[in-house]
Amino acid sequence: MSFDIPKVAYLARIAMSEEEIAAVKPKLENVMAMIDDLVKIDTTNVAPLASPLEQYQTLREDVVTETDQHVTYQKLAPKVAADLYLVPQVIE
Amino acid sequence: MQWEVIIGLEVHTQLLTKSKIFSGASTAYGATPNSQACLVDLAFPGVLPVLNKTAVEMALKFGLAVHAEINPYSTFERKQYFYPDLPKGYQISQYQTPIVGKGYLDIELDNGQTKRVGITRAHLEEDAGKSLHDAIPHMSGIDLNRAGTPLLEIVSEPDLRSAEEAVAYLKTLHALVTYLGICDGNMQEGSFRCDANVSIRPVGQKEFGTRAEIKNVNSFRYVEKAINYEIERQKEVLESGGIIVQETRLYDASTNTTRSMRSKEAANDYRYFPDPDLLTLYVSESMMAAASQSMPELPWEKAARFQSDYQLSAYDAKVLTAERGLADYFETVVKLSQAAPKLVANWVMGDLAAFLNKNNLSIEASPISGERLAGLIARIQDNTISGKMAKTVFEAMCESNDTADHIIEARGLKQMTDSSALEKVIEEVMTANPQQLNDYRAGKDKLFAFFVGQVMKATKGQANPQQLNELLLAKLKSNN
Repeated sequence: MSFDIPKVAYLARIAMSEEEIAAVKPKLENVMAMIDDLVKIDTTNVAPLASPLEQYQTLREDVVTETDQHVTYQKLAPKVAADLYLVPQVIE
Repeated sequence: MQWEVIIGLEVHTQLLTKSKIFSGASTAYGATPNSQACLVDLAFPGVLPVLNKTAVEMALKFGLAVHAEINPYSTFERKQYFYPDLPKGYQISQYQTPIVGKGYLDIELDNGQTKRVGITRAHLEEDAGKSLHDAIPHMSGIDLNRAGTPLLEIVSEPDLRSAEEAVAYLKTLHALVTYLGICDGNMQEGSFRCDANVSIRPVGQKEFGTRAEIKNVNSFRYVEKAINYEIERQKEVLESGGIIVQETRLYDASTNTTRSMRSKEAANDYRYFPDPDLLTLYVSESMMAAASQSMPELPWEKAARFQSDYQLSAYDAKVLTAERGLADYFETVVKLSQAAPKLVANWVMGDLAAFLNKNNLSIEASPISGERLAGLIARIQDNTISGKMAKTVFEAMCESNDTADHIIEARGLKQMTDSSALEKVIEEVMTANPQQLNDYRAGKDKLFAFFVGQVMKATKGQANPQQLNELLLAKLKSNN
Protein backbone atom coordinates (compact mmCIF):
# COMPACT_ATOMS: atom_id res chain seq x y z
CA MET A 1 0.00 0.00 0.00
CA SER A 2 1.51 3.28 -1.03
CA PHE A 3 1.51 6.34 1.14
CA ASP A 4 1.32 9.87 -0.28
CA ILE A 5 3.27 11.69 2.42
CA PRO A 6 2.99 15.25 1.02
CA LYS A 7 -0.81 14.85 0.72
CA VAL A 8 -1.24 13.48 4.24
CA ALA A 9 1.09 16.18 5.59
CA TYR A 10 -1.05 18.82 3.87
CA LEU A 11 -4.29 17.36 5.30
CA ALA A 12 -2.76 17.50 8.78
CA ARG A 13 -1.39 20.99 8.07
CA ILE A 14 2.16 19.86 8.85
CA ALA A 15 4.87 21.62 6.87
CA MET A 16 7.54 19.07 5.88
CA SER A 17 10.78 19.58 4.00
CA GLU A 18 12.02 17.11 1.36
CA GLU A 19 14.58 15.84 3.88
CA GLU A 20 11.96 15.25 6.55
CA ILE A 21 9.76 13.41 4.06
CA ALA A 22 12.69 11.22 3.05
CA ALA A 23 13.43 10.50 6.72
CA VAL A 24 9.91 9.41 7.73
CA LYS A 25 9.21 7.52 4.49
CA PRO A 26 10.79 4.16 5.50
CA LYS A 27 9.19 4.32 8.96
CA LEU A 28 5.73 4.92 7.59
CA GLU A 29 6.24 2.24 4.96
CA ASN A 30 6.99 -0.23 7.74
CA VAL A 31 3.65 0.62 9.31
CA MET A 32 1.92 0.27 5.97
CA ALA A 33 3.52 -3.13 5.45
CA MET A 34 1.89 -4.31 8.64
CA ILE A 35 -1.45 -2.97 7.46
CA ASP A 36 -0.92 -4.80 4.16
CA ASP A 37 -0.77 -8.02 6.19
CA LEU A 38 -3.92 -7.11 8.12
CA VAL A 39 -6.00 -6.40 5.01
CA LYS A 40 -5.33 -9.94 3.73
CA ILE A 41 -7.69 -11.26 6.43
CA ASP A 42 -11.16 -12.02 5.13
CA THR A 43 -13.54 -9.73 7.04
CA THR A 44 -16.59 -10.26 4.82
CA ASN A 45 -18.83 -11.22 7.73
CA VAL A 46 -17.18 -9.14 10.42
CA ALA A 47 -18.88 -5.94 11.52
CA PRO A 48 -16.58 -2.91 11.79
CA LEU A 49 -15.35 -2.42 15.34
CA ALA A 50 -16.17 0.97 16.80
CA SER A 51 -14.56 0.29 20.16
CA PRO A 52 -12.80 -2.67 21.74
CA LEU A 53 -14.69 -2.05 24.97
CA GLU A 54 -17.86 -4.06 25.36
CA GLN A 55 -19.67 -1.18 26.97
CA TYR A 56 -22.13 1.37 25.72
CA GLN A 57 -22.22 5.12 25.84
CA THR A 58 -23.11 6.66 29.21
CA LEU A 59 -25.65 9.43 28.82
CA ARG A 60 -25.66 12.74 30.66
CA GLU A 61 -28.81 14.47 31.90
CA ASP A 62 -29.49 17.70 29.99
CA VAL A 63 -28.45 20.13 32.71
CA VAL A 64 -26.28 23.25 32.48
CA THR A 65 -23.39 22.67 34.86
CA GLU A 66 -20.80 25.10 33.48
CA THR A 67 -20.48 28.74 34.46
CA ASP A 68 -18.98 31.61 32.52
CA GLN A 69 -15.19 31.39 32.80
CA HIS A 70 -14.25 33.05 29.55
CA VAL A 71 -12.10 35.75 31.15
CA THR A 72 -9.94 33.06 32.76
CA TYR A 73 -9.79 30.90 29.62
CA GLN A 74 -8.95 33.87 27.42
CA LYS A 75 -5.83 34.61 29.46
CA LEU A 76 -4.28 31.72 27.52
CA ALA A 77 -5.22 33.09 24.10
CA PRO A 78 -2.62 35.05 22.09
CA LYS A 79 -5.13 37.71 21.07
CA VAL A 80 -8.56 38.63 22.40
CA ALA A 81 -10.88 41.57 21.74
CA ALA A 82 -14.53 42.22 22.52
CA ASP A 83 -14.70 38.78 24.23
CA LEU A 84 -13.70 37.17 20.91
CA TYR A 85 -10.66 34.98 20.28
CA LEU A 86 -8.76 36.62 17.44
CA VAL A 87 -7.08 34.76 14.58
CA PRO A 88 -5.52 35.94 11.32
CA GLN A 89 -8.34 36.87 8.97
CA VAL A 90 -9.96 33.87 7.32
CA ILE A 91 -12.47 34.52 4.61
CA GLU A 92 -13.64 32.03 2.05
CA MET B 1 -32.90 20.41 -24.56
CA GLN B 2 -35.38 19.32 -21.88
CA TRP B 3 -33.74 19.06 -18.49
CA GLU B 4 -34.83 17.27 -15.35
CA VAL B 5 -33.93 18.91 -12.06
CA ILE B 6 -32.69 16.76 -9.18
CA ILE B 7 -32.56 18.21 -5.68
CA GLY B 8 -31.59 16.68 -2.37
CA LEU B 9 -31.55 18.68 0.84
CA GLU B 10 -29.44 18.51 3.97
CA VAL B 11 -31.06 20.31 6.87
CA HIS B 12 -29.22 21.11 10.07
CA THR B 13 -31.64 21.52 12.95
CA GLN B 14 -30.33 22.78 16.26
CA LEU B 15 -31.86 20.64 18.96
CA LEU B 16 -33.65 22.48 21.77
CA THR B 17 -31.57 21.14 24.62
CA LYS B 18 -30.54 23.34 27.55
CA SER B 19 -26.93 22.16 27.47
CA LYS B 20 -24.55 21.14 24.70
CA ILE B 21 -24.35 17.74 23.10
CA PHE B 22 -21.09 16.74 24.83
CA SER B 23 -20.70 19.29 27.65
CA GLY B 24 -22.65 21.03 30.41
CA ALA B 25 -22.34 24.51 28.86
CA SER B 26 -25.52 26.42 28.06
CA THR B 27 -26.89 26.61 24.50
CA ALA B 28 -28.90 29.84 25.01
CA TYR B 29 -28.74 32.16 22.01
CA GLY B 30 -27.37 35.69 22.14
CA ALA B 31 -25.08 35.49 25.19
CA THR B 32 -21.80 37.40 25.54
CA PRO B 33 -19.29 35.84 23.10
CA ASN B 34 -17.50 32.82 24.56
CA SER B 35 -19.34 33.01 27.89
CA GLN B 36 -20.91 29.63 27.10
CA ALA B 37 -17.83 27.84 25.82
CA CYS B 38 -16.41 25.51 28.49
CA LEU B 39 -13.20 23.49 28.46
CA VAL B 40 -14.79 20.65 26.49
CA ASP B 41 -16.06 23.08 23.82
CA LEU B 42 -12.66 24.77 23.71
CA ALA B 43 -10.93 21.40 23.22
CA PHE B 44 -8.58 21.68 26.15
CA PRO B 45 -6.26 18.69 26.53
CA GLY B 46 -7.58 15.88 28.65
CA VAL B 47 -11.29 16.69 28.47
CA LEU B 48 -13.79 14.05 27.42
CA PRO B 49 -17.17 14.34 25.73
CA VAL B 50 -20.25 12.90 27.49
CA LEU B 51 -23.37 12.51 25.36
CA ASN B 52 -26.54 14.47 26.22
CA LYS B 53 -29.47 12.10 26.83
CA THR B 54 -32.09 14.62 25.71
CA ALA B 55 -30.38 15.08 22.33
CA VAL B 56 -30.67 11.32 21.80
CA GLU B 57 -34.35 11.34 22.81
CA MET B 58 -35.06 14.18 20.38
CA ALA B 59 -33.40 12.30 17.53
CA LEU B 60 -35.56 9.28 18.35
CA LYS B 61 -38.75 11.36 18.27
CA PHE B 62 -37.80 12.66 14.84
CA GLY B 63 -37.06 9.13 13.64
CA LEU B 64 -40.46 7.91 14.81
CA ALA B 65 -42.22 10.85 13.11
CA VAL B 66 -40.68 10.05 9.72
CA HIS B 67 -41.32 6.29 10.05
CA ALA B 68 -37.59 5.66 10.03
CA GLU B 69 -35.54 2.65 10.95
CA ILE B 70 -33.84 3.40 14.26
CA ASN B 71 -30.40 1.89 14.59
CA PRO B 72 -30.19 0.36 18.07
CA TYR B 73 -26.40 0.62 17.87
CA SER B 74 -24.92 3.78 16.37
CA THR B 75 -21.45 5.24 16.45
CA PHE B 76 -19.72 8.60 16.55
CA GLU B 77 -16.90 9.48 14.20
CA ARG B 78 -14.45 12.34 13.87
CA LYS B 79 -14.79 14.42 10.72
CA GLN B 80 -11.50 16.22 10.34
CA TYR B 81 -10.92 19.62 8.86
CA PHE B 82 -9.20 22.83 9.90
CA TYR B 83 -11.08 25.99 10.59
CA PRO B 84 -10.66 28.44 13.50
CA ASP B 85 -14.22 27.98 14.74
CA LEU B 86 -13.61 24.24 15.18
CA PRO B 87 -11.21 24.07 18.13
CA LYS B 88 -10.63 20.31 18.15
CA GLY B 89 -9.71 20.18 14.47
CA TYR B 90 -12.53 17.70 14.01
CA GLN B 91 -16.28 17.67 14.33
CA ILE B 92 -17.87 14.79 16.20
CA SER B 93 -20.53 13.41 13.89
CA GLN B 94 -22.15 10.12 12.97
CA TYR B 95 -20.94 8.59 9.73
CA GLN B 96 -20.94 4.82 9.45
CA THR B 97 -24.13 4.21 11.43
CA PRO B 98 -26.44 7.14 12.13
CA ILE B 99 -29.04 6.90 14.89
CA VAL B 100 -31.89 7.43 12.39
CA GLY B 101 -31.85 5.41 9.18
CA LYS B 102 -34.15 5.40 6.16
CA GLY B 103 -37.58 6.99 6.49
CA TYR B 104 -39.89 9.26 4.57
CA LEU B 105 -41.88 12.47 4.73
CA ASP B 106 -45.10 13.08 2.79
CA ILE B 107 -45.37 16.61 1.47
CA GLU B 108 -48.32 18.38 -0.09
CA LEU B 109 -47.65 20.25 -3.32
CA ASP B 110 -49.39 23.42 -4.48
CA ASN B 111 -51.58 21.41 -6.86
CA GLY B 112 -52.93 19.48 -3.87
CA GLN B 113 -51.06 16.28 -4.70
CA THR B 114 -49.07 14.42 -2.09
CA LYS B 115 -45.48 13.43 -2.77
CA ARG B 116 -43.41 11.03 -0.69
CA VAL B 117 -39.85 12.23 -0.14
CA GLY B 118 -37.30 9.73 1.11
CA ILE B 119 -35.22 10.55 4.17
CA THR B 120 -31.82 8.92 3.74
CA ARG B 121 -30.71 9.36 7.33
CA ALA B 122 -30.61 11.73 10.28
CA HIS B 123 -27.56 11.85 12.50
CA LEU B 124 -26.41 13.60 15.65
CA GLU B 125 -23.44 15.92 15.52
CA GLU B 126 -22.03 19.03 17.12
CA ASP B 127 -22.24 22.54 15.68
CA ALA B 128 -19.13 24.66 15.12
CA GLY B 129 -18.52 28.12 16.56
CA LYS B 130 -19.01 31.35 14.66
CA SER B 131 -16.39 33.38 12.82
CA LEU B 132 -16.95 37.13 12.69
CA HIS B 133 -15.02 38.73 9.86
CA ASP B 134 -16.14 42.33 10.23
CA ALA B 135 -15.84 42.90 13.99
CA ILE B 136 -12.08 43.57 14.18
CA PRO B 137 -10.02 44.96 11.25
CA HIS B 138 -7.69 42.43 9.58
CA MET B 139 -8.55 39.74 12.09
CA SER B 140 -11.30 37.17 12.41
CA GLY B 141 -13.08 37.05 15.74
CA ILE B 142 -14.13 33.66 17.05
CA ASP B 143 -17.19 33.13 19.23
CA LEU B 144 -17.39 29.55 20.45
CA ASN B 145 -20.74 29.80 22.22
CA ARG B 146 -22.32 27.77 19.42
CA ALA B 147 -19.54 25.18 19.39
CA GLY B 148 -20.97 21.91 20.66
CA THR B 149 -24.63 22.85 20.21
CA PRO B 150 -26.43 19.63 19.27
CA LEU B 151 -27.50 19.27 15.66
CA LEU B 152 -29.64 16.71 13.96
CA GLU B 153 -28.63 16.66 10.31
CA ILE B 154 -31.52 15.41 8.22
CA VAL B 155 -30.55 14.21 4.75
CA SER B 156 -33.19 13.70 2.07
CA GLU B 157 -33.02 11.41 -0.93
CA PRO B 158 -32.56 13.24 -4.27
CA ASP B 159 -36.33 12.97 -4.76
CA LEU B 160 -37.19 16.64 -5.25
CA ARG B 161 -37.74 17.86 -8.82
CA SER B 162 -38.15 21.64 -8.50
CA ALA B 163 -37.43 24.57 -6.21
CA GLU B 164 -41.13 24.64 -5.29
CA GLU B 165 -40.99 20.99 -4.18
CA ALA B 166 -37.85 21.74 -2.16
CA VAL B 167 -39.65 24.57 -0.36
CA ALA B 168 -42.72 22.41 0.29
CA TYR B 169 -40.44 19.74 1.80
CA LEU B 170 -38.64 22.30 3.96
CA LYS B 171 -41.87 23.82 5.24
CA THR B 172 -43.23 20.39 6.12
CA LEU B 173 -40.00 19.48 7.87
CA HIS B 174 -39.96 22.83 9.67
CA ALA B 175 -43.51 22.32 10.94
CA LEU B 176 -42.59 18.79 12.03
CA VAL B 177 -39.51 19.65 14.10
CA THR B 178 -41.25 22.58 15.78
CA TYR B 179 -44.31 20.42 16.57
CA LEU B 180 -42.02 17.79 18.03
CA GLY B 181 -40.52 20.52 20.19
CA ILE B 182 -37.02 19.44 19.18
CA CYS B 183 -36.08 22.68 17.35
CA ASP B 184 -37.29 26.27 17.65
CA GLY B 185 -37.15 26.59 13.85
CA ASN B 186 -35.71 30.09 13.98
CA MET B 187 -34.06 30.49 10.58
CA GLN B 188 -32.67 33.99 11.26
CA GLU B 189 -30.77 32.69 14.28
CA GLY B 190 -29.59 29.66 12.31
CA SER B 191 -31.56 27.04 14.23
CA PHE B 192 -32.86 25.54 10.97
CA ARG B 193 -30.32 25.69 8.13
CA CYS B 194 -30.45 24.20 4.70
CA ASP B 195 -27.87 23.10 2.16
CA ALA B 196 -29.23 22.16 -1.26
CA ASN B 197 -27.62 19.66 -3.62
CA VAL B 198 -28.71 20.60 -7.13
CA SER B 199 -28.02 18.89 -10.44
CA ILE B 200 -29.74 18.58 -13.79
CA ARG B 201 -29.83 15.80 -16.38
CA PRO B 202 -31.40 15.44 -19.82
CA VAL B 203 -34.93 14.08 -19.49
CA GLY B 204 -34.79 10.31 -19.84
CA GLN B 205 -31.17 9.94 -18.72
CA LYS B 206 -30.69 7.54 -15.82
CA GLU B 207 -27.43 8.77 -14.32
CA PHE B 208 -27.43 11.89 -12.20
CA GLY B 209 -25.53 14.92 -13.42
CA THR B 210 -22.70 16.44 -11.39
CA ARG B 211 -24.13 18.36 -8.47
CA ALA B 212 -23.32 21.63 -6.80
CA GLU B 213 -24.02 22.16 -3.12
CA ILE B 214 -25.53 25.53 -2.22
CA LYS B 215 -24.91 26.81 1.27
CA ASN B 216 -25.95 29.89 3.18
CA VAL B 217 -29.67 29.93 2.52
CA ASN B 218 -31.56 31.10 5.57
CA SER B 219 -35.15 31.58 4.45
CA PHE B 220 -37.70 29.60 2.45
CA ARG B 221 -37.82 32.37 -0.15
CA TYR B 222 -34.05 32.36 -0.60
CA VAL B 223 -33.99 28.58 -0.92
CA GLU B 224 -36.38 28.87 -3.84
CA LYS B 225 -34.45 31.71 -5.45
CA ALA B 226 -31.04 30.12 -4.93
CA ILE B 227 -32.15 26.80 -6.41
CA ASN B 228 -33.80 28.46 -9.40
CA TYR B 229 -30.70 30.54 -10.04
CA GLU B 230 -28.50 27.45 -9.81
CA ILE B 231 -30.72 25.48 -12.22
CA GLU B 232 -30.47 28.25 -14.81
CA ARG B 233 -26.70 28.53 -14.30
CA GLN B 234 -26.20 24.81 -14.85
CA LYS B 235 -28.41 24.84 -17.97
CA GLU B 236 -26.37 27.68 -19.42
CA VAL B 237 -23.07 25.94 -18.67
CA LEU B 238 -24.19 22.62 -20.15
CA GLU B 239 -25.95 24.08 -23.18
CA SER B 240 -22.86 26.07 -24.09
CA GLY B 241 -20.77 22.89 -23.99
CA GLY B 242 -19.25 23.34 -20.54
CA ILE B 243 -19.14 20.91 -17.65
CA ILE B 244 -20.43 21.27 -14.09
CA VAL B 245 -17.76 21.04 -11.43
CA GLN B 246 -18.65 19.40 -8.12
CA GLU B 247 -18.27 22.26 -5.72
CA THR B 248 -19.77 24.19 -2.85
CA ARG B 249 -21.47 27.44 -3.88
CA LEU B 250 -22.53 30.27 -1.63
CA TYR B 251 -25.86 32.02 -2.17
CA ASP B 252 -25.71 35.80 -2.12
CA ALA B 253 -29.17 37.22 -1.40
CA SER B 254 -28.19 40.77 -2.35
CA THR B 255 -27.37 39.81 -5.94
CA ASN B 256 -29.54 36.66 -6.15
CA THR B 257 -26.62 34.63 -7.49
CA THR B 258 -24.53 31.72 -6.30
CA ARG B 259 -20.75 31.82 -6.43
CA SER B 260 -18.09 29.19 -6.07
CA MET B 261 -16.87 28.83 -2.49
CA ARG B 262 -14.49 25.89 -2.73
CA SER B 263 -14.29 22.72 -4.73
CA LYS B 264 -15.82 20.00 -2.64
CA GLU B 265 -13.19 18.03 -0.82
CA ALA B 266 -13.46 14.36 -1.64
CA ALA B 267 -15.24 12.49 1.14
CA ASN B 268 -12.12 10.63 2.28
CA ASP B 269 -10.26 13.89 2.82
CA TYR B 270 -12.28 14.26 6.00
CA ARG B 271 -10.63 11.03 7.15
CA TYR B 272 -13.55 9.90 9.28
CA PHE B 273 -12.70 7.38 11.96
CA PRO B 274 -14.52 6.20 15.08
CA ASP B 275 -14.04 8.64 17.95
CA PRO B 276 -12.17 6.69 20.64
CA ASP B 277 -13.56 9.07 23.28
CA LEU B 278 -17.11 7.87 22.68
CA LEU B 279 -18.53 4.38 22.97
CA THR B 280 -21.26 2.90 20.82
CA LEU B 281 -24.63 4.49 21.49
CA TYR B 282 -27.19 1.87 22.43
CA VAL B 283 -30.87 2.69 22.15
CA SER B 284 -32.69 0.33 24.47
CA GLU B 285 -36.28 -0.82 24.05
CA SER B 286 -37.28 1.23 27.08
CA MET B 287 -35.82 4.38 25.47
CA MET B 288 -37.80 3.62 22.31
CA ALA B 289 -40.97 3.09 24.31
CA ALA B 290 -40.46 6.36 26.18
CA ALA B 291 -39.93 8.22 22.89
CA SER B 292 -43.13 6.71 21.44
CA GLN B 293 -45.09 7.77 24.49
CA SER B 294 -43.82 11.33 24.34
CA MET B 295 -44.88 11.88 20.72
CA PRO B 296 -47.23 14.85 20.32
CA GLU B 297 -49.97 15.08 17.72
CA LEU B 298 -48.15 15.65 14.41
CA PRO B 299 -49.04 18.43 11.94
CA TRP B 300 -50.75 16.14 9.43
CA GLU B 301 -52.63 14.31 12.21
CA LYS B 302 -53.82 17.63 13.58
CA ALA B 303 -54.87 18.82 10.11
CA ALA B 304 -56.95 15.65 9.63
CA ARG B 305 -58.56 16.13 13.05
CA PHE B 306 -59.37 19.78 12.30
CA GLN B 307 -61.19 18.67 9.17
CA SER B 308 -63.21 16.00 10.96
CA ASP B 309 -63.80 17.69 14.34
CA TYR B 310 -64.39 21.22 13.12
CA GLN B 311 -65.67 20.54 9.59
CA LEU B 312 -62.99 22.81 8.14
CA SER B 313 -61.81 22.60 4.54
CA ALA B 314 -58.49 20.93 3.79
CA TYR B 315 -57.06 24.36 3.02
CA ASP B 316 -58.19 25.95 6.30
CA ALA B 317 -56.96 22.95 8.27
CA LYS B 318 -53.55 23.11 6.59
CA VAL B 319 -53.11 26.85 7.21
CA LEU B 320 -54.21 26.59 10.84
CA THR B 321 -51.93 23.65 11.61
CA ALA B 322 -48.84 25.02 9.82
CA GLU B 323 -47.59 26.17 13.20
CA ARG B 324 -48.31 24.51 16.49
CA GLY B 325 -48.83 27.90 18.18
CA LEU B 326 -51.44 28.92 15.62
CA ALA B 327 -53.29 25.62 15.95
CA ASP B 328 -53.33 25.94 19.74
CA TYR B 329 -54.57 29.52 19.46
CA PHE B 330 -57.40 28.48 17.15
CA GLU B 331 -58.51 25.71 19.47
CA THR B 332 -58.44 28.06 22.47
CA VAL B 333 -60.69 30.55 20.67
CA VAL B 334 -63.14 27.85 19.54
CA LYS B 335 -63.36 26.49 23.07
CA LEU B 336 -63.79 29.85 24.81
CA SER B 337 -66.12 31.48 22.28
CA GLN B 338 -68.30 28.40 21.73
CA ALA B 339 -68.69 29.83 18.22
CA ALA B 340 -68.84 28.06 14.87
CA PRO B 341 -65.29 26.83 14.07
CA LYS B 342 -65.51 28.20 10.54
CA LEU B 343 -66.25 31.68 11.92
CA VAL B 344 -63.24 31.39 14.23
CA ALA B 345 -61.06 30.10 11.36
CA ASN B 346 -62.03 33.11 9.22
CA TRP B 347 -61.06 35.53 11.97
CA VAL B 348 -57.78 33.82 12.85
CA MET B 349 -56.71 33.41 9.21
CA GLY B 350 -58.16 36.76 8.15
CA ASP B 351 -58.12 39.86 10.33
CA LEU B 352 -55.84 38.47 13.03
CA ALA B 353 -53.26 37.06 10.55
CA ALA B 354 -53.30 40.33 8.59
CA PHE B 355 -52.73 42.34 11.76
CA LEU B 356 -49.86 40.06 12.90
CA ASN B 357 -48.26 40.09 9.43
CA LYS B 358 -48.46 43.85 9.20
CA ASN B 359 -46.74 44.21 12.56
CA ASN B 360 -44.35 41.32 11.96
CA LEU B 361 -45.55 39.47 15.06
CA SER B 362 -45.70 35.75 15.71
CA ILE B 363 -48.89 34.22 17.05
CA GLU B 364 -47.13 33.71 20.37
CA ALA B 365 -46.49 37.47 20.56
CA SER B 366 -50.02 38.44 19.54
CA PRO B 367 -51.27 41.37 21.64
CA ILE B 368 -54.77 40.01 21.12
CA SER B 369 -54.88 36.89 23.24
CA GLY B 370 -57.03 33.93 22.32
CA GLU B 371 -59.27 34.88 25.23
CA ARG B 372 -59.86 38.42 23.90
CA LEU B 373 -60.55 37.26 20.35
CA ALA B 374 -62.95 34.65 21.74
CA GLY B 375 -64.76 37.47 23.57
CA LEU B 376 -65.26 39.26 20.26
CA ILE B 377 -66.33 36.22 18.27
CA ALA B 378 -68.80 35.20 20.98
CA ARG B 379 -70.60 38.52 20.43
CA ILE B 380 -70.83 37.86 16.69
CA GLN B 381 -72.10 34.38 17.35
CA ASP B 382 -74.86 35.58 19.71
CA ASN B 383 -75.83 38.38 17.29
CA THR B 384 -74.93 41.22 19.65
CA ILE B 385 -72.86 42.74 16.85
CA SER B 386 -72.65 42.23 13.10
CA GLY B 387 -69.54 41.06 11.29
CA LYS B 388 -69.02 44.60 10.09
CA MET B 389 -69.24 46.05 13.60
CA ALA B 390 -66.88 43.33 14.75
CA LYS B 391 -64.21 44.71 12.43
CA THR B 392 -64.52 48.09 14.12
CA VAL B 393 -64.29 46.44 17.53
CA PHE B 394 -61.30 44.40 16.38
CA GLU B 395 -59.49 47.54 15.26
CA ALA B 396 -60.14 49.10 18.65
CA MET B 397 -58.86 45.93 20.33
CA CYS B 398 -55.60 46.23 18.36
CA GLU B 399 -55.15 49.71 19.80
CA SER B 400 -55.92 48.88 23.43
CA ASN B 401 -56.13 46.09 25.96
CA ASP B 402 -59.88 46.45 26.35
CA THR B 403 -62.19 43.49 26.00
CA ALA B 404 -64.65 43.33 23.13
CA ASP B 405 -67.56 43.74 25.57
CA HIS B 406 -66.03 46.89 26.98
CA ILE B 407 -65.57 48.42 23.52
CA ILE B 408 -69.07 47.42 22.36
CA GLU B 409 -70.57 49.02 25.48
CA ALA B 410 -68.45 52.18 25.32
CA ARG B 411 -69.18 52.81 21.65
CA GLY B 412 -72.81 51.76 21.70
CA LEU B 413 -72.17 49.24 18.95
CA LYS B 414 -74.92 46.85 19.89
CA GLN B 415 -76.92 45.40 17.05
CA MET B 416 -80.72 45.83 16.91
CA THR B 417 -82.22 42.46 17.66
CA ASP B 418 -85.80 43.55 18.18
CA SER B 419 -87.47 42.60 14.88
CA SER B 420 -90.56 44.74 15.43
CA ALA B 421 -88.39 47.84 15.88
CA LEU B 422 -86.52 46.98 12.71
CA GLU B 423 -89.76 46.40 10.82
CA LYS B 424 -90.88 49.85 11.89
CA VAL B 425 -87.72 51.46 10.48
CA ILE B 426 -88.15 49.54 7.22
CA GLU B 427 -91.71 50.77 6.87
CA GLU B 428 -90.59 54.35 7.47
CA VAL B 429 -87.89 54.04 4.82
CA MET B 430 -90.40 52.61 2.32
CA THR B 431 -92.85 55.43 3.00
CA ALA B 432 -90.13 58.04 2.61
CA ASN B 433 -89.03 56.67 -0.79
CA PRO B 434 -92.23 55.99 -2.82
CA GLN B 435 -90.55 56.38 -6.23
CA GLN B 436 -87.86 53.79 -5.47
CA LEU B 437 -90.48 51.48 -4.01
CA ASN B 438 -92.54 51.64 -7.20
CA ASP B 439 -89.46 51.10 -9.35
CA TYR B 440 -88.40 48.10 -7.26
CA ARG B 441 -91.81 46.56 -7.46
CA ALA B 442 -91.79 47.16 -11.22
CA GLY B 443 -88.73 44.91 -11.45
CA LYS B 444 -85.69 47.03 -10.63
CA ASP B 445 -84.19 44.43 -8.24
CA LYS B 446 -80.99 46.40 -7.89
CA LEU B 447 -82.83 48.90 -5.68
CA PHE B 448 -82.80 46.30 -2.91
CA ALA B 449 -79.33 47.51 -1.98
CA PHE B 450 -80.63 51.08 -1.85
CA PHE B 451 -83.20 50.10 0.78
CA VAL B 452 -80.61 48.15 2.78
CA GLY B 453 -78.42 51.24 2.77
CA GLN B 454 -81.23 53.53 3.88
CA VAL B 455 -82.22 51.22 6.76
CA MET B 456 -78.59 50.88 7.85
CA LYS B 457 -78.29 54.65 7.80
CA ALA B 458 -81.45 55.09 9.82
CA THR B 459 -80.27 52.51 12.40
CA LYS B 460 -76.70 53.85 12.48
CA GLY B 461 -75.46 50.51 11.18
CA GLN B 462 -76.93 48.60 14.07
CA ALA B 463 -79.37 46.47 12.14
CA ASN B 464 -78.49 42.80 11.95
CA PRO B 465 -77.72 42.41 8.21
CA GLN B 466 -79.21 38.95 7.91
CA GLN B 467 -82.34 39.88 9.79
CA LEU B 468 -82.61 43.08 7.75
CA ASN B 469 -82.34 41.19 4.46
CA GLU B 470 -85.07 38.78 5.44
CA LEU B 471 -87.48 41.39 6.79
CA LEU B 472 -86.85 43.86 3.98
CA LEU B 473 -87.41 41.27 1.28
CA ALA B 474 -90.67 40.21 2.88
CA LYS B 475 -91.86 43.81 3.20
CA LEU B 476 -90.93 44.78 -0.36
CA LYS B 477 -92.60 41.71 -1.84
CA SER B 478 -95.83 42.17 0.10
CA ASN B 479 -98.07 44.94 -1.14
CA ASN B 480 -99.44 46.19 2.12
